[in-house]
Amino acid sequence: MKRVPGSSGAQGGLYAAPSIFWLSVFFLAPLAIIVAYSFLTPGARGGVEWTPTLDAYRAIANPTFAKVTLNTILVAIGATAITLLIAVPCGYYMARSERQTLLLMLIMIPFWTNFLIRIYAWIAILGNEGFLNDILLATGLAKQSVRFLYNRGAVMLVLVYTYLPYAILPLYSTIDKFDFSLLEAARDLGASKLGAINKVLLPNIKGGILTAFLFTFIPIFGAYAVPLLVGGTESYMLGNLIADELTKSRDWPLASAISLVITLVTTIGVLLLLRANGNAVLGGSGDGEPAVSEPAAAIGGSR
Amino acid sequence: MSRPATRRRSSFSRSVFVGTIVFLSLPLFVLVLYSFNASKSGSWTGFSLRWYVKLFTDSPQLWRAFGNSAIVALSSALVATVIGTLGAVAVNWYKFRLRAYLRTITFLPMILPEIIIGVSLLIFFSGIGMRLSLFTVFVAHVSFNLPFVFLLVLARLEEFDFSIIEAARDLGASERQTLLKVILPLSMPGIVSGFLTAVTLSLEDFVITFFVTGPGATTLPLYVYSAIRFGVSPVINALSVVMILGTVLLTWSTRNFLKYIAAK
Repeated sequence: MKRVPGSSGAQGGLYAAPSIFWLSVFFLAPLAIIVAYSFLTPGARGGVEWTPTLDAYRAIANPTFAKVTLNTILVAIGATAITLLIAVPCGYYMARSERQTLLLMLIMIPFWTNFLIRIYAWIAILGNEGFLNDILLATGLAKQSVRFLYNRGAVMLVLVYTYLPYAILPLYSTIDKFDFSLLEAARDLGASKLGAINKVLLPNIKGGILTAFLFTFIPIFGAYAVPLLVGGTESYMLGNLIADELTKSRDWPLASAISLVITLVTTIGVLLLLRANGNAVLGGSGDGEPAVSEPAAAIGGSR
Repeated sequence: MSRPATRRRSSFSRSVFVGTIVFLSLPLFVLVLYSFNASKSGSWTGFSLRWYVKLFTDSPQLWRAFGNSAIVALSSALVATVIGTLGAVAVNWYKFRLRAYLRTITFLPMILPEIIIGVSLLIFFSGIGMRLSLFTVFVAHVSFNLPFVFLLVLARLEEFDFSIIEAARDLGASERQTLLKVILPLSMPGIVSGFLTAVTLSLEDFVITFFVTGPGATTLPLYVYSAIRFGVSPVINALSVVMILGTVLLTWSTRNFLKYIAAK
């Protein structure tokens, strides 16, 4: 149907050249540079000395960093799990509704609000002089204001808030394609409600669940702004560590090495999921990517 | 389709959904409420429009940041749309060396956390001795916008019937005519939504911009960031409400616009 032998290879190469050039120079080359930097000696005021060393990787293994890594993993797994537990029933409800466009809008409007403004709004709610404390004090439920911010709980809450729509959208579009009469058939054949969902619905929407998982876990694993603004010292994540090494300690090889660890975890995660599930992860169509473009399309408001 | 059974079955998912909507809208509701608050501190002291007045008449830095954001968003979206569209056409219709390579490097930036792109670009710029400015912000934004445009246009191209192109060729259209008169008009919905997505992503971006920005190149998210860190003024509340309204309006008109284009 498609994939034309095209009249000449030259034409295709010509059209592709700007993309290839731009992404090679401004995406791949910078990645290659941080790979190289991670094996070099830090310069006095940022930058590097051209003496190869494994110091950066030794530093990653020390207990302080291990603690941050562990915290990052805990927060990422916890927040992703909560997000998915909320997103699956939401996607299900939306897919079964007769007013899908309206429900989609309700989910999307907060999503289109600027990322920083959304974090700021949570500070306005949870802060010592915030909305929640106002209510607690006014109703006498608390004698003095409660400190909700600057801990791991606040970080998880705002992360779930931020990435919930990323999980709901792919789940909704997968569940929307699911044939609901299968559920009714399972019930008619004597399956319990939960049994039918476990054995019939969930296996059929596995691709959507994996896509939702990727869209939440990856950005949360690399989170920077949220722990910076609503977290405390104990909820420090790898993203904050990179920024500190880069701008405060000026240890660029170390910042590069931590970045590489995040890159590797991300890439390996994606590859494993792709292998385990073939193209289902990314939406199931031949070339693989359509489901990726769906939330992107939704951001732009195309559906 | 037995309606009553369906309704009963979805009662759990219904309450989760309603709860989610409340959860998602609560912050927006609080922002709107506080933007009309007379006092500067948290507690409610009475209705006032003073923060809106201050936003529009007495916030020069904020508007400069807005100007920077607008410049970067429009220019980076435009460049990303042109480059990304051509790339998508190439991948969809032609065989060329590096085709698999292009698919991979357009996919990778979308799966990597933003901070990796920001940090690697910062190190790259300083490595080649490029001074950080609004221009480096523009370069960074094109880089993360390009893959989105590429994928959105590609998705559209994959949808339509290839025989139209063959027909154009058979009827004697040249390579360039086919591109300009057939392929591009047909992929217009994909191109437009790619452009709008790019504008939105660019206006929205904080993390990558934070790393590659230089003196004087403050964008709106960076301005909001410093306001949060160094003392919040309720003007931010008013700004948020204006931005939310702008978003809703833009979404609404975009939807209708896209429907119009798609119908054509």
